[in-house]
Amino acid sequence: MIVRISGEDQYELPDDDAGELGELERTVIATVDEGRDDDFPSAYAALVDFVRGRGTPLGEDDLRGSDVILPPSDISFAEAGREFTGEGLIPD
Amino acid sequence: MAGLGGRMSTVVKAKVSKLLDRAEDPAETLDYSYQKQVEQLQNVKKGIADVVTAKKRLQMQESTLQQSVVKLDTQARQALASGHEDLARTALERKNVAQTELQSLDTQVAELEEQQQKLTDSEQKLRAKIESFRTKKEVIKAQYSAAEAQVRISEAATGVGEQMADVGLAMQRAVDKTENMRARADAVQELEAAGTFDDITALGSGEDDIDRQLKQLSSQPAVDEDLAKMKSELGVGAPEAAQIPAGEQSGEAAAQPDAGAGS
Repeated sequence: MIVRISGEDQYELPDDDAGELGELERTVIATVDEGRDDDFPSAYAALVDFVRGRGTPLGEDDLRGSDVILPPSDISFAEAGREFTGEGLIPD
Repeated sequence: MAGLGGRMSTVVKAKVSKLLDRAEDPAETLDYSYQKQVEQLQNVKKGIADVVTAKKRLQMQESTLQQSVVKLDTQARQALASGHEDLARTALERKNVAQTELQSLDTQVAELEEQQQKLTDSEQKLRAKIESFRTKKEVIKAQYSAAEAQVRISEAATGVGEQMADVGLAMQRAVDKTENMRARADAVQELEAAGTFDDITALGSGEDDIDRQLKQLSSQPAVDEDLAKMKSELGVGAPEAAQIPAGEQSGEAAAQPDAGAGS
């Protein structure tokens, strides 16, 4: 499973980690849905740290696409709200 | 994984497959795609240059403001030493505004510095991916067998496309931040142009609009504190506890901007 942290690197994670990653992601989305902006930064940091910790960075000549692309690690609560509800990070 | 990250990779993959579906000759598409990538890289470089320019502009303003702070502080001391407390207060009020601006500029310069570093890193990664794509496309073209090539082209193009989209996103964020800071820089420049940080000895006798606005803007307690500190340092009288009698009307009235009655 290849995960990109936007603005940083792509990481290859064991497929077994998908469950835990999904769990962390749901926590993040819950903070956004429930408007808990105080809880958002730590929830998102936990997700990003998990990817960095479990994953191996992909080489720069590796041209594989990612299975998951996470927003930048310094994304703000307001930006996250737009990302999850609006047209997303990459408009057409 | 639909929530957080799926969307961007889906968009990139859709765009890439649309491009390849349209292509009559995948080899030609590869060359075209590579050419586009190189062009994109030029735009990234331009974007980085813009961020650097914005940062320099803010740094120049910082040094101007720093000079103003030192000058106004000196003037406040001189005014106080020669018994002109009002003049000292005006100078300290201006110093206060300048210091507030300085703090804000500091934060913004640091933020731009960080953006610049991130963009430079992304640019290097993108450059490496594009170079790798160039090599790969030549290999694919040489061993061309339609069905297989289509798959490998798609993989490589998705990888580079994704990296490009990502750098594009980073650029967009940096540009947005730069725009905010440009507006900020313009605001500081307007204050400068209005004489907010000027030499107080150059002032006429009367108060103008800017003086009144300044008094509303500046945080009074901080100025009072500065003034009291300066007094005790200079040994001018006892530190004064600036008190506004409760129920005094003039304070309220003076807080209303009196447009048009300026000079």
